[in-house]
Amino acid sequence: MNQTGHMEEVRWHGRGGQGAVLGASILGSAAALYEGKYAVSFPTFGAERRGAPVQAFTRIADHVIRSRSQIYHPTKLIVLDDTLFDVVNITDGVPAGASLLVNTRKSASELSVPDYLNVVTLDASAIARDIIGVAIVNTTMLGALAATTTLVSLDSIKKAIADALPQKVAERNMAAAEAAYERVRGK
Amino acid sequence: MSIKKYITANEAVAHAARLARVEVVAAYPVTPQTTIVEKISGFIASGEMDAEFIKVESEHSALTACMGARMAGVRSFTSTSSQGLEYMHEMLAYASGGRYPLVLVDVTRSVALPWSIWGDHQDAIQQRDTGWIQIFTETGQEAMDMVLQAYRIAEDRRILLPVMVCLDGFIQSHTEELVDIPDQGTVDSYLPPYEPVVTLDVDNPYSISIGGFGRYYAAWRKEQQEAMDRARQVIVEAGDDFARIFGRHYGGLIEQYRCEGAEAIILTMGAFTGTAREVVDEMRADGKAVGLIKVRAYRPFPVRELRQALSRAKAAAVLDRDCSWGCEGALATDLKAALYSLPSPPTVLNFVGGLGGSDVPPEQMKYMLDKALSVERGAPSTMEFIGL
Repeated sequence: MNQTGHMEEVRWHGRGGQGAVLGASILGSAAALYEGKYAVSFPTFGAERRGAPVQAFTRIADHVIRSRSQIYHPTKLIVLDDTLFDVVNITDGVPAGASLLVNTRKSASELSVPDYLNVVTLDASAIARDIIGVAIVNTTMLGALAATTTLVSLDSIKKAIADALPQKVAERNMAAAEAAYERVRGK
Repeated sequence: MSIKKYITANEAVAHAARLARVEVVAAYPVTPQTTIVEKISGFIASGEMDAEFIKVESEHSALTACMGARMAGVRSFTSTSSQGLEYMHEMLAYASGGRYPLVLVDVTRSVALPWSIWGDHQDAIQQRDTGWIQIFTETGQEAMDMVLQAYRIAEDRRILLPVMVCLDGFIQSHTEELVDIPDQGTVDSYLPPYEPVVTLDVDNPYSISIGGFGRYYAAWRKEQQEAMDRARQVIVEAGDDFARIFGRHYGGLIEQYRCEGAEAIILTMGAFTGTAREVVDEMRADGKAVGLIKVRAYRPFPVRELRQALSRAKAAAVLDRDCSWGCEGALATDLKAALYSLPSPPTVLNFVGGLGGSDVPPEQMKYMLDKALSVERGAPSTMEFIGL
């Protein structure tokens, strides 16, 4: 039973408390439960505390995912906090052609990112503060991700958000995802 | 109808306890096991599970409570990790010697010192000689399926031994994946209600904490060993019956993956088996004669199966996420003993890695297999730490 084919490996960068782990989980469940794909998601196996740099990971493929080693060459990066660029080597191990989605008020050209990466930026914190009432941006970034990739649809993301959060909170998070989706689409 | 959920192995195992109609759960929190009993206590609170959750002050008491529940005639469940399993050690031998058909999930983790909450197999391996059946699993699905099978195996009248189902800390316990959760009716058809051999009876009191001296003690222990020997067959039967009902089969005591014509074979236990499958496929695509053996049952040890599977290979590369200090990785030692009677046994290369939560990436497994391909049959065995 050979399992070959393309696999997307998403690395999430955030700070403890920003929802990177839940974001990785919602993305995986959206792909696995609503897109007919296979997915695996896991947090960094390291020390985690509020405010400290954290990572989380999602693997998505059309076939059963067997590897249980960590991800060293992600094909997509989701950065929840642009101050992390000064603290960790965000593009470590990232191959040419990979995409980078950053929550920032800066434009792509203002970020010091190698030009072999495809960069999309948006001010997800502003959207999250407006719609959710708090700057937890994981679900907002998932809406933006859906606008930049065929990996998952906005519809699947919204369903996975509804599964993951209590109804009232889920509704605001779905609205934020949708707003981010429209914002990125409109660019 | 089964349903697919996107969950961790810990949550999958909690569903297994619910579906096994466990009536008493006793546990003490310890990372990375804690979310299993958190989920179970949720099931009990919501009425999805009709069980009593006994809060205890230690793992030592958790296992004792499970033993008491069994003697009262119901199924019990507990899970633990690392320091908790070590603290339980005294009662582990009581449970196996007393022939209690318990099921325990060990979410494997390193042991202190140095302090580390992260995964390896040291905790489980240190309990090797306590008389428990020990089975290692690869995925959340296999962990759940194995817990259901474990009750069948433990309660089988030919066995009556406790079963420890091991799943890898974090790599399984905190990794979400698709898990197919069967419905209650189908599980009931696989796992009938528990029928105890003896139960405590207040109207007819007798002692169950038996004493045994000299040859009586030895005869009792011999029966225990014979039950372990019979378990080899019962584990296979439980897996085959499970496959007939649920359509998932894991290979019995060991699973051979692409071992046909393999000159070098890597041996793994637990979740890194998945990575090893990828590596074997890649190396096979490059024309290299390599294969994989996933050791599922560690006790009873699959002596005959391993001897057959490795009789033609020239070298075995054994990954141990544990070490018997002053000797080598425990799986390597056991494998050498199993291969001893072969006329021309393969060389055993032992690699100790993945300790304390360190990763075993594909490159390390490739290194292990390349090294095994490069040695001659009959070359001396070696042991080395990898990833340092």
